[in-house]
Amino acid sequence: MDFLNALVALTNFVLVPGIAYGSQLALGALGVTLIYGILRFSNFAHGDTMAFGTMMTILFTWWFQSMGITAGPLPTALLALPFGIAVTMGLVVGTDRAVFRFYRQQKAKPVVFVMVSLGVMFIMNGLVRFIIGPGDQQFADGERFIVSARTFKSLTGLDEGLAIKTSQGITVVTAVIVVAALFWFLNKTRTGKSMRAYSDNEDLALLSGINPERVVTYTWLIVAALATIAGTLYGLDKSFKPFTYFQLLLPIFAAAIVGGLGNPLGAIAGGFVIAMSEVMVTYAWKKVAEYVLPDSLAPSGLVQLMSTDYKFAVSFAILIVVLLFKPTGIFKGKAV
Amino acid sequence: MTDTVKHILLFVAVGVLLVLEGTTTALGVFSGSWNSSLTILNMGLISAIMALGVNLQWGFAGLFNVGIMGFTALGGLAVVLTSMPATPGAWSAGGGSILLALVLGAATIGAVILLRQKMAAGRLRSLATLALLIVGFFVYRAILDPGVDAVESINPALEGNIGGLGLPVLLAWPVGGLLAAGAAWIIGKTALGLRSDYLAIATLGIAEIILSVLKNEDWLSRGVKNVVGLPRPVPYEVDLQNDAAFVEKAASWGLDALTASTIYVKLGYTCLFTLVLLALLWMAQMALKSPWGRMMRAIRDNETAANAMGKNVTRRHLQIFILGSAICGVAGAMMTTLDSQLTPGTYNPLRFTFLIWVMVIVGGSGNNFGAVLGGLLVWFLWIKVEPLGVMLIEVITAGMSADSPLRAHLLESAAHMRLFTMGLMLLLVLRFSPRGLIPEK
Repeated sequence: MDFLNALVALTNFVLVPGIAYGSQLALGALGVTLIYGILRFSNFAHGDTMAFGTMMTILFTWWFQSMGITAGPLPTALLALPFGIAVTMGLVVGTDRAVFRFYRQQKAKPVVFVMVSLGVMFIMNGLVRFIIGPGDQQFADGERFIVSARTFKSLTGLDEGLAIKTSQGITVVTAVIVVAALFWFLNKTRTGKSMRAYSDNEDLALLSGINPERVVTYTWLIVAALATIAGTLYGLDKSFKPFTYFQLLLPIFAAAIVGGLGNPLGAIAGGFVIAMSEVMVTYAWKKVAEYVLPDSLAPSGLVQLMSTDYKFAVSFAILIVVLLFKPTGIFKGKAV
Repeated sequence: MTDTVKHILLFVAVGVLLVLEGTTTALGVFSGSWNSSLTILNMGLISAIMALGVNLQWGFAGLFNVGIMGFTALGGLAVVLTSMPATPGAWSAGGGSILLALVLGAATIGAVILLRQKMAAGRLRSLATLALLIVGFFVYRAILDPGVDAVESINPALEGNIGGLGLPVLLAWPVGGLLAAGAAWIIGKTALGLRSDYLAIATLGIAEIILSVLKNEDWLSRGVKNVVGLPRPVPYEVDLQNDAAFVEKAASWGLDALTASTIYVKLGYTCLFTLVLLALLWMAQMALKSPWGRMMRAIRDNETAANAMGKNVTRRHLQIFILGSAICGVAGAMMTTLDSQLTPGTYNPLRFTFLIWVMVIVGGSGNNFGAVLGGLLVWFLWIKVEPLGVMLIEVITAGMSADSPLRAHLLESAAHMRLFTMGLMLLLVLRFSPRGLIPEK
């Protein structure tokens, strides 16, 4: 019984939040890694693209809510999501035409692209703050829990409760659908194949008649969709605040690098590695330890390796270790 | 008009802007107060020093540092650790064990490095590394935690940190440089020699970490409770106002004691900062002209060729990265001295990292004078864009009714125009004038 309780506590406080956060990071890292694979630079504006997409979704959500349209038990944001994605796609492709294309034609060094993406980040950040303000926004509605702690306790008779938030369930389901669709697109469709070809060997791809501008446009469209979905899921699960999205940049980059920059499969694995380590290092293990260990060994402290304020330190530490020992990442990315 | 004349005119233009700020309230942009003008100038000088450091990294070596905020904050911490008096009883209560824990932590990492050098690669080495790290971590926490608790419980409303060494505050400036150099060494060791993007991401990370340490380690920096009342290298206004000779002197200039004292203090800072800026500028110019500077630019322009000539590219990059970061650390210490308080909650990457980048790019990367000009000019604009934005919005929304919610929202958000404007400026300069106002020779 004690063992079961420990297992439930572990699932409730570590596994469920870790998997949800991991899915969000994985979607974010997929966007970064796709840009890296096709356009060959680290896009610093990605966090703020996520913020912009989420903001658009929130605005549409509010509009729908004011008209009385809801999705029943599901959050209204899911209905607003396609519209948010569409606007973000417009912005991102427009940015590419207005800003990035010039440097592609110049064949500028990657570091120039990074710097330009910094300028884009500034502008997007200013735009988001200008439109929705720098404060916290809650936009989750509908049913709050799929399984609440109390129902779980009365169902199983255990001391520990297991709560699964609707947002967490939606995150995982959406992430699975999106990733499946993305991989189907990359592996089966003509455009997807041309994207992979372009990423693997630019010259050969050009030689076989692939239109680079078309590939780039599709990449930005996909990235806009991924960023908006990742941002909205994160916002539903936690809350929306522009600055938090900027800070997400670090774990997202860490995830993409851990998996190997430019490798989509690696981005997903990296997202879960980062999220799980973050949750596990900052979780206070006291409860689990009390159930598993005999009373004489029960810990007096919280058994928390690091306080939650240092969650960024975890992704950073993993990043440093990977850079030191395996700069190409777990799944052999293209960057050294 | 030769280039030199043009560049001098650009500096004169910044000077004119500052004079206008001090003398006129025309156009609604300038405030007509010398106090405000000097405040802008002082922060502009500090920004110019930061820009000088970043220009060393980017302009000389093509290194992309996105962690300026972290190095600046470390400089601020140096001021606290150097110039504050030690908190009574803190060292006997827990300071010793904190120090011991930190030494043990460092020793653990050292032992791990040694172990990895001595043992052959394999599963045994991985296991030994892991075991050493885990044991080391728990020992470290076991010693550190009681010490931290003891220090933080000393008069938490006012102190609760270990304080500093009580040395003159000017000494804190080089110490700030040293601290920043140490952090830069760690980052440079790991991320240099890899792709340029990796350095950017690693510096972004270290800045966040340094800041979260400052915000959360109350025993060190009092965290978000801030350290206030840091010692100053210049006299206090109140003392000046009570000084009969000073009041008399001020009266002979036609100034009241209050204004005269604030301006006197600010001018004091201006002189100190100008001295530091000139010294660093001179050093940077000499470095640029020396064989070392030429080698750096050769490496920047073609790493492979420089490598073939026998230059150790990674080592030189590490060197210049540390130097540039140290300058940012010095500037950070100066800024904290100017504010005479350390407020870890106010460090923001958009203001402390990316704004400095705008300064370097706009001023002219690769040219030290350009960086200084960019620092002064962009800082002035950064201060003035906000009132300009509000004015602009007022003009645009003038036709709307006074209680229109859209108008209220726009006016309220006008403050965020700053980021937008700075980003736009960066992009426009990068696109149409990538060499900046004062280009590299």
